Amino acid sequence: MDNSRGGIIPQPIARQPWNLLIPLFMLVAFGAAVLYSAAGGSMTPYASSHLIRFSVFLVMASIIASIPRGFVRFMTYPAFIIVLLMLLGVEILGQVRGGSQRWLDLGFMDLQPSELMKPVIVVTLAHYFSSLPVGFIASWRALLIPGVLIGMPVGLVLLQPDLGTSLAIAFGGGVVMLLAGLPLRWFIAGGVAAAAAAPLVFFFGLQDYQQRRVMTMFDPEADALGAGYHIAQSKIAIGSGGLFGKGFNNGSQSHLQYLPEPHTDFVFATMAEEWGLIGGLFVLAVFSIILKWGLTVARESHDRFASLLAAGMSATIFFYIAVNLLMVMGMAPVVGIPLPFMSHGGSSMMTNMICIGALMMVNSWNRNAPRSGLSG
Amino acid sequence: MKRFFKLNHGAKKRGPVVNASTLKHTFDRRTVVIGGLQYGVGILLAVRMGYLAIAENEKYRLESESNRVNLTLIPPRRGWIMDRDGAPLASNRADFRVDVIPERLSDPDVVLDQLGDLLNLEPDRIVDLKTVVSTSRGFAPIEVASGLDYEEFAALSVRLPDMQGVVPQRGFSRFYPTASSVGHLIGYVGPASAEEYELDRNPILITPGHKIGKDALEKQFEQELRGVPGARRVEVTAGGRIVRDLETRDDIQGDPVRLTIDGPLQDYAARRIGLESGSVVVMDCQTGELLCMASMPSFDPNSFSDGIGSVEYAMLREDRRVPLRNKVLKGLYPPGSTVKPMHCMAFMKAGVQPSDTILCGGGRRIGNRFFNCHSNHGSVDMAKAIYQSCDSYFYHFAQQIGFDKVAAMAKDLGMGQEFDLPVTSQFYGTVPDPDWKFNKFGREWQSFDTVNASIGQGYYLASPLQLAVMSARLATGRRINPRLILDGAATDQPDYNFNSEEIAYIRGAMSDVVNGPGTARRARLPFPDIEMAGKTGTAQVVSLSVSDGRSGPWKYRDHGLFTFFAPTENPRYAGVVVIEHGGGSGSAYPIARDVMTFMFDPQKGLDALKSLESQWGGTAQQRLEARYAEYAAERGATVTPPPRRSEDIFDRVEAEARVAAQQTEEIADEFLVPRADTNSNVTPPSPTGVN
Repeated sequence: MDNSRGGIIPQPIARQPWNLLIPLFMLVAFGAAVLYSAAGGSMTPYASSHLIRFSVFLVMASIIASIPRGFVRFMTYPAFIIVLLMLLGVEILGQVRGGSQRWLDLGFMDLQPSELMKPVIVVTLAHYFSSLPVGFIASWRALLIPGVLIGMPVGLVLLQPDLGTSLAIAFGGGVVMLLAGLPLRWFIAGGVAAAAAAPLVFFFGLQDYQQRRVMTMFDPEADALGAGYHIAQSKIAIGSGGLFGKGFNNGSQSHLQYLPEPHTDFVFATMAEEWGLIGGLFVLAVFSIILKWGLTVARESHDRFASLLAAGMSATIFFYIAVNLLMVMGMAPVVGIPLPFMSHGGSSMMTNMICIGALMMVNSWNRNAPRSGLSG
Repeated sequence: MKRFFKLNHGAKKRGPVVNASTLKHTFDRRTVVIGGLQYGVGILLAVRMGYLAIAENEKYRLESESNRVNLTLIPPRRGWIMDRDGAPLASNRADFRVDVIPERLSDPDVVLDQLGDLLNLEPDRIVDLKTVVSTSRGFAPIEVASGLDYEEFAALSVRLPDMQGVVPQRGFSRFYPTASSVGHLIGYVGPASAEEYELDRNPILITPGHKIGKDALEKQFEQELRGVPGARRVEVTAGGRIVRDLETRDDIQGDPVRLTIDGPLQDYAARRIGLESGSVVVMDCQTGELLCMASMPSFDPNSFSDGIGSVEYAMLREDRRVPLRNKVLKGLYPPGSTVKPMHCMAFMKAGVQPSDTILCGGGRRIGNRFFNCHSNHGSVDMAKAIYQSCDSYFYHFAQQIGFDKVAAMAKDLGMGQEFDLPVTSQFYGTVPDPDWKFNKFGREWQSFDTVNASIGQGYYLASPLQLAVMSARLATGRRINPRLILDGAATDQPDYNFNSEEIAYIRGAMSDVVNGPGTARRARLPFPDIEMAGKTGTAQVVSLSVSDGRSGPWKYRDHGLFTFFAPTENPRYAGVVVIEHGGGSGSAYPIARDVMTFMFDPQKGLDALKSLESQWGGTAQQRLEARYAEYAAERGATVTPPPRRSEDIFDRVEAEARVAAQQTEEIADEFLVPRADTNSNVTPPSPTGVN
């Protein structure tokens, strides 16, 4: 955008959304530093693979960014069906082999279809609403069909069982529906219904360990050595960091293994212990830059499909960040959701980079078709 | 936009007017709301983090430190308990110890069985441990075994990686070189109970490996002996693995306590009691220092420090010779004839002349009733009454002066008194008199009460310690108070101001008991120049109709007593030997003779003991161990565990001691036909005889 005016820098480079990418690179590099410390001061096994994955998925994101609009619209439904079949596939495989199965072995990598479903549901709903005649936005078609589109993958993922991912899919889909302009009262009614159903779900729908995790949120000391232990240790790590932290590679909570999962779900606590509040504010600032950029891209697009797509992708990233950070600070139950761009883990890196790639894609559509051009 | 009222009404049913522009508008509005919500969450997170990291920083910093740093107290080495010459009666031995942390044991039963195999623990110990581990929670370590030698420790160490929750330690354990000889005197140590921790919230009490005094002197001098714990600060992982040492402070050993006890004499006396159940007390007549307070059979305090094992406890409890009771302080016995010299002092004080004689015709008529003597002594004066132990003489003069005066003298010489000693408890015993009887039973004093009491029977009860004190006071004519701590403190020993001729007369008569025509001629010391004086006593526990006191069931046999002092001319040592159900004083005075022989010539004493011990089957400690092995093999699986709190054990032992002391009250309400205690030519019955 603004960068494109610079004449010295070559066009292909100047065209990139550097106001997103530079903070993102900083965050990933910072994440690698934290993972270096979490491994006890070593690039292996976490930090180096973190950087390698990021590089690989960055290439993937730039490929996604160059996909033309028409091809995306053309591929949306087939992709949805394929991923849904893959979800069904892991469910069947799980039944056959016994035990729960979440991934498909593709030979060269393990693929979690549920991760793919997060961006795919957003694209699918964006496509559906953009092709829905505007007059039907308050009709049953606007509710029922998207409801089924969301419900099928959510149901399959819940069967795995993976509460965190199914919530993420539902959240991404729900945000697209909200932004598509469905009557607000439906959401209010839905919210009331959910609140009423929550106790029933809690007592009959959740596994024992999930119930404990929810209860722990309200009374962390109740089970100080069980489910509450993770939260308590995470809060100790964050709280003991203070303003400037204990210093790089000096976190006792992570190094002495008091902090559970210091490299995945609780990577923020690992960071906060060593970098303190300053480090935390830096991470929050980078996330807000990324999310603000995402919403700006969505608003700048006058193409309904593209704006819904961009907003939905942005919301999916936000869901990861919010749930993870609320959890490590003791304000949400322990749900296995990693922190984007910092946690060590291929699947979440892939999902988030798909989201980033999709946002970059919409950004490039916006530039090729400025707001004065096509209208929704 | 322009609609009729009707159409407008219809549009309301379908909702507001929707077109691409309003949808874009809605989208923008809602994006702003969502963006705002995201910022809201961001600010909430920032505030929350600020709260955790700034406002609660101190709290979490402390918690993080307490996670990271593990402060281990190093149990201080306990102060020694030494005998008068500085030789240890209780010392410390460097050894290895193994603890388990119940919370970290994956499968407690399996791990404890493994440990049992590796360390050769006895089956009942493993059963005890499983009970303890299954009922305890948390991270407080439980001691599995201490006093391990290096081989056992090394065997365990190589298996440690597979045994999570098992923690080997280096430490010190209490060591009692003379073992059971000092069991009752010194007591033993053990881990603090929950109640003890409630009373004294000192963290050292719950440190594994730390033992506190549980009984007797170990308990009385706990604060002096304890010392100051060392500390070791280490960095630990969540799994309990030690990363590095941060700081170590050495412990400060507890202060030693030096006793007046003569260690070798204590050990000798304890061993010399042999198969009998009894006690030996020896005092220094000049200072009141207790040289020996042996009470046997006893327990091995070394084996109690890991907690009292089920089998061991059952064995000790079932033993009718009550190895858990300190008989010196808590054994109460009718003193029998041993009080006769003291009673004579009372008679003389009341005006009776030593030369006054009575006629013993195998008994004596008191009031309108004839009371038997154990023999027909003919004409009896005071000296003969003592050395021949004629009962008629005492019936007569006690009745003549009134028992009140006799009782006053008894109390003055220590009977029924408590002494200022650092012991956990001592029994007072009873000096009966008319007031006492009326207060206790609501019955009037009868002439048979005087008769019974005049020869140390009836309601009369004394502890061996009291008898020893009485003996020392008679020997010196001064108010000797027993002392147990060698602190050089001057003691007030006021003179009784006895008439020197009278007291010399009594001592002469007591010398005749041993060295003259008396009842204990076999007690004569094997030295040409040292003579011992004494007085025999045979205390009946049942009436003559039940048992003759010498044979038959052990528990009906007479107690054998012998009070003594030596040398006769210039008394230096005084004491008593009391043998429970020994069948008469013949069981007691040979022991007194050998103990005093050892006192003046240890080698001679030991020679006498060696030949006896070869008949008995080893020293007291060897016999205790053999008996334990036999008992464990026979009864190992069927015993009930001991009370969890050692206080319960003491309470039980003490209650039983009181009940046992009351045994003679049952026969005190009737005249007890006395028995001879002239067993000079009668071999005492074997204490191992059938019961």
